Amino acid sequence: MAGHAEDADIIVAKNVNKWYGEFHALKNVSLTVKRREVVVIIGPSGSGKSTFIRTINRLEEHQSGDIVVDGIPLTRDVRNIEAIRMETGMVFQQFNLFPHLTVMQNITLAPIHVRKMKKQEAEARAMQLLERVGIPEQAHKYPGQLSGGQQQRVAIARALAMQPKIMLFDEPTSALDPEMIREVLEVMEELAESGMTMVVVTHEMGFAKGVADRIVFMDSGEIVEIGAPAHFFTNPQHDRTKLFLQQILK
Amino acid sequence: MTTDIRSTSWVNTNHPAPAQKPPATEVGVLGWLRTNLFSGIGNSLLTVVTLVALYFIVTNVVRWLLGAFWEPIWVNRKLFAVGQYPLEQLWQPAIVLLMVSLLFGLSAGRWGNIMRNLGIGLGALLLALALIPIGLQAQMVMAASLALLVIGYFIGVRVAISSRWLALAWVLSLPATFVILLGGVNLPTLGVTWNFAPLVESNLWGGLMLTMLLAVVGIALSFPIGVLLALGRRSNLPVVKVFCVGYIELIRGVPLITLLFMGMTMLPLFLPSTWGNPSQLVRAMTAITLFSAAYLAENVRGGLQAIPKGQYEAADALGFSGFDKLRFIILPQALTKVIPAIVGQFIGLFKDTSLASLVGLLELVAVGKAVIQQPAWMGVTGGVAKEVYIFIALVFFIFSFGMSFASRKLESKLGFGKR
Repeated sequence: MAGHAEDADIIVAKNVNKWYGEFHALKNVSLTVKRREVVVIIGPSGSGKSTFIRTINRLEEHQSGDIVVDGIPLTRDVRNIEAIRMETGMVFQQFNLFPHLTVMQNITLAPIHVRKMKKQEAEARAMQLLERVGIPEQAHKYPGQLSGGQQQRVAIARALAMQPKIMLFDEPTSALDPEMIREVLEVMEELAESGMTMVVVTHEMGFAKGVADRIVFMDSGEIVEIGAPAHFFTNPQHDRTKLFLQQILK
Repeated sequence: MTTDIRSTSWVNTNHPAPAQKPPATEVGVLGWLRTNLFSGIGNSLLTVVTLVALYFIVTNVVRWLLGAFWEPIWVNRKLFAVGQYPLEQLWQPAIVLLMVSLLFGLSAGRWGNIMRNLGIGLGALLLALALIPIGLQAQMVMAASLALLVIGYFIGVRVAISSRWLALAWVLSLPATFVILLGGVNLPTLGVTWNFAPLVESNLWGGLMLTMLLAVVGIALSFPIGVLLALGRRSNLPVVKVFCVGYIELIRGVPLITLLFMGMTMLPLFLPSTWGNPSQLVRAMTAITLFSAAYLAENVRGGLQAIPKGQYEAADALGFSGFDKLRFIILPQALTKVIPAIVGQFIGLFKDTSLASLVGLLELVAVGKAVIQQPAWMGVTGGVAKEVYIFIALVFFIFSFGMSFASRKLESKLGFGKR
C-alpha cells in the first residue's frame, strides 16, 4: 500500500503551533490524512479542533510547524495559499452563504470567477450538485428563504462546485435544529462513500462511528488520541478520552 | 373551556378554538380617537388647543398664499431654469435634457425598480412643464423629452440591452453634458480647442441646471472616491491607512463653505501651473466632491463593518482574490446596507450646492437673490423675498423627496427575501 500514488498522504501537518496572544491554542499538532480518508476530529469546545482545520486552508495562520496540502507547502506566499484553497472546500457552522445572491449564483460564482469556467457549464454543474444534495427546486431562491438544513446543503454544493480534492467540515450541524441534522449528515455520508477526502469537526458521534476511518480526539490544543472508531468507542486508552466519551455518550 | 391545573393528564377536545372578534372599543375610528386623542383630561385639553392653533395657522397661510405675488418667478422662469445661458443657444441644454430623458427611459425599462420610480417622477415633471404655458419651444422640448422617456422605456423592456453598455452610457453622459453645454471642447493647455457652436463659458451657466450639475457631478465623483477611502481606511498598509484616516478626519473637521472658499483661492496652488486657471465651476465642484467623499467614506465604512466575518472566510475558502472578494461579495452587501445613509447624504449634498451661491456661482439660490433685487419689484410692499424663497424651497423639496422616495423602494427590493 505505502508509496502507491492512490494512497499518498494528501494533508501532512507537522508540529503545528498557534498562539492567540499569550494563549497557546495549538500545541505541536501533527496529523497526516490519506487520500479518500475520512478523519473526524472530536473534543470539548475550546480544544482547538476548529482552529486546527482552519489552519489547513489558512483561515487561521499558524506560527510554527509545517503544513503540506497535496504537495503544496502552506507558506505566506499568496499563490500557494490560493492554490491550496482551490483544492480544499470548506463548510462552516454558520453556512456563510452569500445572502445577496441566489442559490444558483452562490454555487456558480467561484467556478466562474476563480476557475474561469463558462457560465453555462457552471450552471449545468450546479444543477447536478443541487440534485445530488436533494434540493434542485431551490435553485432560484435566496438563502434567506431556505431552512437551515437546506442552506447547509447549498453550502456543501457550493464547496463541491470548485471540484476540491479535500472537504473540510467545521461543525456543519451544530447550528441546525435537531430535525434538520439528519438531512445534512446523509449528504455527508454519501460524499464519504463517493471517496472524497474529508476532515470533519463534529459532535455527531453517530456519524463518527459510522463513517470515519479514523477519529482524532483533541483537548487543550493537543491531539490526545487517534484511532479507528471500533477502538475508539470500545477501548479508549487515555483517561481524558474516556472521561469525554463518558460525558457525551451518557 | 378551562384547564384544571391540578390534573396530570388532560386533552383539549375543543382544539382548534375559533378566533373571536376584539372588543369594539379597541378598534375602529372611535377606538383610535379614544386611545390617542382623548384618553384623559390632559390629553383632551391638548387635542383641543392643538386644533385651534392649527386652524389659525392654516387659514393664515392659505390667505397669504392666495394674495401672494408670484409674478417675479413667472417672469424670471428662464433665469431660474438655466441662468444667463444665451437665449439663442438654449437648444444645447435642451439636447442634454433629451439625452438624459432617453437614458432614464432605457434604464427604467431595463433595470426597473429604482430607475422606474425616478423615471416616473421625471415623467410627471416633464408632463407638468409641457402643459404649463412656459413658452412654446420650451413646452415642445419637454414634450419631446417625455416622448423619449416613454419610448426609451419600451425599448428597455423589449430589447435586452447590455447592462454594461447602459452603465457606460451613463458614465459618458456626464462629460458629454459638459461638451454640449459648453458648445465644444476648450482645453488650451492640452492644445485642444474645438467647437460646434459659440462657446458658452461656465460662468454663464446657472439656475436649476447648475444646481443639478453641481449635485450630479458631486454624487458621481464622490461615490468611487468615498468607496476607495473607506477601503483604504481598513487597509493593512499603514501608509494607505494613515492617509485615508487623515483625509477623512481633516475634511470632516471643516465646514463645506470653508472648502468652497479655499477652492476659489487655493486650488491653483495645488495644481501644476500648466493646467492654467480652472473655472469657478470646476473649483466649486472639486470642493463639493472632496467634501462629500469624506462623509461617504464613513457611511461605507459602516456598511463594511456590518458584514460578518464569515462572509470573508467563505470567500477566502473558495479561493477568491482580494479584489474579486470585494467586488462580488463584500461591497454589494456593504453598499446595500448603507443605501439609506448614502441617499440621505446625497440629498444633503444636493441642498448644500446652494452654498455655491456664496462663492459667485449663479445656481438656484443665487438666481433667487438676484430676482429679489430686480428694480421691477422695488415698489412691491414687503418685497418679493417670501415668494421667491418659497418657490426655491419647493423646487429643492420636489427633488429631495423624489430621491428619498426612490431609495425607500430600492431598500425594499434589495431585502434579499426574508432573513
